[in-house]
Amino acid sequence: MNFLSQVWQFLTTGSHWTGPDGFLAQIKSQLELSAVAVVAAVVAGVGLGALLGHTGRGSFLVLNSANAARAIPSFALVTLIAIQPFIVRLQQGGFVAAAITMFALAVPPILTNAYVGVRDVDPAVRSAAVAMGMTSGQLLRQVELPLALPIVMAGVRTAAVEVVATATLAAYVGVADLGFNIFAGLDTRNNAETFSGALMVAVLALLVDLLLASLARAVTPAGTRVSTRDVRQRGTGLMWRHAGARG
Amino acid sequence: MISFEAVSKRYGNGSYAVENFTLDVAEGELCVLVGPSGGGKTTILRMVNRMVEPTSGQVLVDGRDVAKVDRVELRRRTGYVIQQAGLFPHLKVADNVASVPHLLGWDRDRVRSRVSEMLELVGLDPGEFADRYPNELSGGQAQRVGVARALAGDPPVLLMDEPFGAVDPIARGRLQQEFLGLQERLHKTVMFVTHDVDEAVVMGNRIAVLSQGGRLQQYDTPAEVLGHPATSFVADFIGADRGLRRLAVTPIEVGDVYVPPAVRPKASIAEAAAAVAAAGDHWAAVVSDNGRLLGWVQPAEVEDRLLDGDGATVDRYMRPSGSRVALGSSLKAAFAEMLQQDAAWLPVFDGDRYLGVLTPDTLHAALRRSIGGEPVPV
Repeated sequence: MNFLSQVWQFLTTGSHWTGPDGFLAQIKSQLELSAVAVVAAVVAGVGLGALLGHTGRGSFLVLNSANAARAIPSFALVTLIAIQPFIVRLQQGGFVAAAITMFALAVPPILTNAYVGVRDVDPAVRSAAVAMGMTSGQLLRQVELPLALPIVMAGVRTAAVEVVATATLAAYVGVADLGFNIFAGLDTRNNAETFSGALMVAVLALLVDLLLASLARAVTPAGTRVSTRDVRQRGTGLMWRHAGARG
Repeated sequence: MISFEAVSKRYGNGSYAVENFTLDVAEGELCVLVGPSGGGKTTILRMVNRMVEPTSGQVLVDGRDVAKVDRVELRRRTGYVIQQAGLFPHLKVADNVASVPHLLGWDRDRVRSRVSEMLELVGLDPGEFADRYPNELSGGQAQRVGVARALAGDPPVLLMDEPFGAVDPIARGRLQQEFLGLQERLHKTVMFVTHDVDEAVVMGNRIAVLSQGGRLQQYDTPAEVLGHPATSFVADFIGADRGLRRLAVTPIEVGDVYVPPAVRPKASIAEAAAAVAAAGDHWAAVVSDNGRLLGWVQPAEVEDRLLDGDGATVDRYMRPSGSRVALGSSLKAAFAEMLQQDAAWLPVFDGDRYLGVLTPDTLHAALRRSIGGEPVPV
């Protein structure tokens, strides 16, 4: 039996999909972990990024720290958090350790794009808003954030795809997600199992990307709808372009 | 209505954006700030709604020191129009216009009717434009929406910073005339910034000419600034062709009109020839019994091709009257019409009433009158 038919057999075996360790449960677990991390990163990243873009203060320090943090490998981070004895124990804390790691991975693109999106609002538009008597908060909520939304959404998309792909690592610290089959297959030299797990991760990441792409379209106000090319041209070197899955 | 009292704005390096600037703008007047870039025009404008705070001096609006008025409240009562309109791209035209009423907390029905009223005021059909986004508007339409938005909160004061600077010359001319029409009805107190002398001359009741560092060189009516530049800076800035520019601000008056000999349509050519000879002229106006201008006749030209001999009447040989100009319109308009029609005579009407004609000679006299008969200083 050749390799591809082994993979096909593994994927079409019903018992591999159902049950506590089946693919369905793994997908659910992977999506839960990713959702927690991305939602938390959106709250923190958009909040902080928009504030920096709005005031123009402290951005250098914060953005560079966030980007420097990306140099830490996720695998090292998740292991470190999982084995350290202070906050959470490995037995009950695998999910928490993985969520913190994924959060750290998701924040930089979201933070950077929120900052760039708000900062790059046309100064004439901002000036008109201030001159008509908007308060600082009204300017941010009613003008800057809505106009930054397409760029913010591009950052969220990048972050979500990275997180969904990288959340595979959580299996190493005891979260039974799609990484489970990858690590199990490596341990038992079952390449078909490893490959099946990896394939599932790739497909899931692509589906999440497609979902967020349509969400981004739906929430973009009609008057500001631009092509991807325009977003790229308007963006700066700082901006995180949506480049597909990593990790 | 707006008073600047010894206002200065100084930068950190000690140079002045605006130096010791004093100016009063009367209620309902349109004051144009004009000058080269770096003249502090925009800085001065932005002091009125506290987008810029003066280093020293006071700005009073309606007798109140703006420094003592809450910024946000002040701005909601002050209309502001900028170049390229600065419309919110994510909001429809109606929501753009509704911005200030929303901030003022008006109820929904009042906002909606105000939006329609404002769009109609600036010549945009609400049915067609209310639901458009700004990127679906031409430059001129966007600028109209900008004016509608600035007026929506019914502010007594309107600040306009090169509002028509980004549209093509034809649209600009139309927007200027339309805004002047609006202003005639609304009587807002307007401060208008431009670097274009022609625009300043057309728009302003009074013009403030500023030089570098916000120094006020002259503050007077357009005709006075063009006719009697107060300083050599003003003379240089308004340019060598200020005589031409003055045409645009000098209205046709009754005294400028020449009344040529007039004949009735049923008069004979011989009678017309006699009238023309008596006046020492060549042409006669053909005027009906109730004073209506019908056309022109030149007896010398038609005498040798008369069909009915001495019995020929004027109405069979007259040329119909074409172009006309209204009393009170500018000499520039009259001059343009004359060139366009290649006419030496341009009839002047007061409403429907024929008064007489403008000739190149009377036009020249009118121009001399506009500067008090003195030669233009060089």
